[in-house]
Amino acid sequence: MSDVALTPARIALVGNPNSGKTALFNALTGSRQKVANYAGVTVERKEGVVTTPGGRSLSILDLPGTYSLRARSPDEVVTRDAVLGKLAGETPPDVLVCVADATNLRLVLRLILELKAVGRPMVLALNMYDIAQRQGLRIDLDGLARSIGCPIVTTVATRKRGIDDLVAQVEALIAAGAIGAASTWHEPAAGEIRDAHREAQRILKAHVKAPERPDTFTGKVDSVLLHPIAGLAILFGLLFVMFQAVFSWGKQVGDLIGDGFTGAGVFLASHLPHGLLTSFLTDGVISGVGSVLVFLPQILVLFFFIILLEDFGYMARAAFLMDRIMGGAGLHGRAFIPLLSSFACAIPGIMATRVIDNKRDRLTTILVAPLMTCSARIPVYTLIISAFIPSRTVLGVMNLQGLIMFGLYAAGILSALGVSFITRKLFWRGAVEPFLMELPAYKLPDPANVARNVILRGRIFLTRAGTIIFPLMIAVWFLSSFPGAPAGAVGPAINYSIAGQLGHFLQPLLQPIGFNWQMTVALIPGFAAREVAVAALGTVYAIGNAGDTPGVLATTLSHNWSIATGLSFLAWYVFAPQCASTIGVVKRETNSWRWPIVMLVYMTALAYLAALATYQTAVAFGLG
Amino acid sequence: MLPEPTEVETAPEPGVSVRLSQARPGDRGVIVDVRAETHPGDHGVALAELQRRLLEFGFVEGARIEVLHEGAIRRDPIAVKLDDMRVALRRRDAEDVWIQLDSQ
Repeated sequence: MSDVALTPARIALVGNPNSGKTALFNALTGSRQKVANYAGVTVERKEGVVTTPGGRSLSILDLPGTYSLRARSPDEVVTRDAVLGKLAGETPPDVLVCVADATNLRLVLRLILELKAVGRPMVLALNMYDIAQRQGLRIDLDGLARSIGCPIVTTVATRKRGIDDLVAQVEALIAAGAIGAASTWHEPAAGEIRDAHREAQRILKAHVKAPERPDTFTGKVDSVLLHPIAGLAILFGLLFVMFQAVFSWGKQVGDLIGDGFTGAGVFLASHLPHGLLTSFLTDGVISGVGSVLVFLPQILVLFFFIILLEDFGYMARAAFLMDRIMGGAGLHGRAFIPLLSSFACAIPGIMATRVIDNKRDRLTTILVAPLMTCSARIPVYTLIISAFIPSRTVLGVMNLQGLIMFGLYAAGILSALGVSFITRKLFWRGAVEPFLMELPAYKLPDPANVARNVILRGRIFLTRAGTIIFPLMIAVWFLSSFPGAPAGAVGPAINYSIAGQLGHFLQPLLQPIGFNWQMTVALIPGFAAREVAVAALGTVYAIGNAGDTPGVLATTLSHNWSIATGLSFLAWYVFAPQCASTIGVVKRETNSWRWPIVMLVYMTALAYLAALATYQTAVAFGLG
Repeated sequence: MLPEPTEVETAPEPGVSVRLSQARPGDRGVIVDVRAETHPGDHGVALAELQRRLLEFGFVEGARIEVLHEGAIRRDPIAVKLDDMRVALRRRDAEDVWIQLDSQ
């Protein structure tokens, strides 16, 4: 028994998208799972461990969903190679578990026939079996198992039903010493796909009776949600509610966290002796951690909505409704979800582009994703708007500050559409990839699954933030504190620091767009992450004018900058690629330095031009 | 959109065969042919590849199909019920799917 425990048997979960495969994976492994990437590619690799009642440990791999082993997207390539045992650094699975939506068997039967050709021992998990029963769908399990030549287990992953049976069945296969036959799989030609469908149809007809009470709910909901006018209105309504939630709930909690950290900084500063260590703790550590944590609530709220809508089955509908609108700019309908995620943070957005099969469609989406107003821009926008834009009512109902905020969001979206349109026209003319997408049946989201995913996303953000933003904040503190001011110096101490010198050195370049040296200094750490610029401005001004509290940064700015400078700074922030993590992710996702460099150059150029135009126009109107 | 010429197939059963790309919501029938011939090079992939993708998604001869919805702009894309599942696709990619409409 000890040797079986030492080398866990490897189980791979395969299945169509929307078959509840990931829910089954969660039900199997619970919290004993880890998320990483496959070697060399950036497809998320989810693996977990199960211990069978017999004491054997099973290592379970959740493979990306696919309709066919004939892979097209990077995700599907991973699935194919994992199933065929060709994946670099991975041993082939001992048992395949094919996960099927019991109410939608036709396509998965064809996949099963392909999987049979691979020759691995296999178990079929008929998931969502409760829904099949509720619909009165009659499946002759024994007959079906005989026809496809592998054991069948019925499961309800969301209620953890049938999980023990599945584990037992897998263990039985391993215990029986089931060994795979040599793979005879090859890419099927059109004729072979047709034959497989015919065979699947025959099996279906022999063993499955049509449901007595078919799902009419999905059809009814779709007639509203996919209605050409009502559907779009509902989509925009949903987006409105979503952003409202992000900015009201998310921001309130975020502000609370921010205030807490500011308070802690002030407390420490007043209770510790004035000196280098105190400065390090308050200006470096506390404001560093704080600048990361203030975004967490907003990101969690946004992901809560995205995951909820995804699990309900709405995201495919959103892609359907947006396909033509985005298609006009040369974007794929599936780019909608990545771009939507980019409103929280471009990093999950860029990672979500993996669902786009075609390389060019995917590259275009990656290139424009950082133009979406991510939550890291919010603190910059809020700071500048509250400092320079009066809170007054315009056009009867609208708040001028809100209007400017809306304008900045619109500028991001429009420029993204414009850039993708130009990219299409200039770099890769020609037709768009086929757009074929399943519209899954609507399902009530499982709260536990939603919670798990929201927490997972939050954790990924914190890891990224913790590993990138925080050290950079410490670096900023160092750069702006050393070397200290010489004895008897006049003017703020930061003037003499490395950051100050760098800022003064670069300043002539940014003079035409109205940036002073403090801004230039803040932009240097701001290239680490956008929100860092706020903290950096705080550092620059707080350290520069000792005695000021960080809470009054907006007031400080409004005294030190002209309105033209403030507007120019906003325009800069709509476009500037001020996020090292995004550049890093683009490098990883495209596997070359070419695209991150292209992104860096085009976004910086846009930022400079936009800021230049804004500043000069504002000065011409007497706002300099 | 212009009224499209309806091409009549020499199908074994009576009934009108139309391209799926020309069908409107409410149209239902059976898929009678999935070809690889229209507008080569216009799909970003080879025609044979488009055909295989359609087949893999279940657009296969004999499948029941009903057009359910269409998009707001130029009635594109369309959502169809294909046997038991719902699929969205663009009209341009649906040109080579021929369906025989049910009588009535």
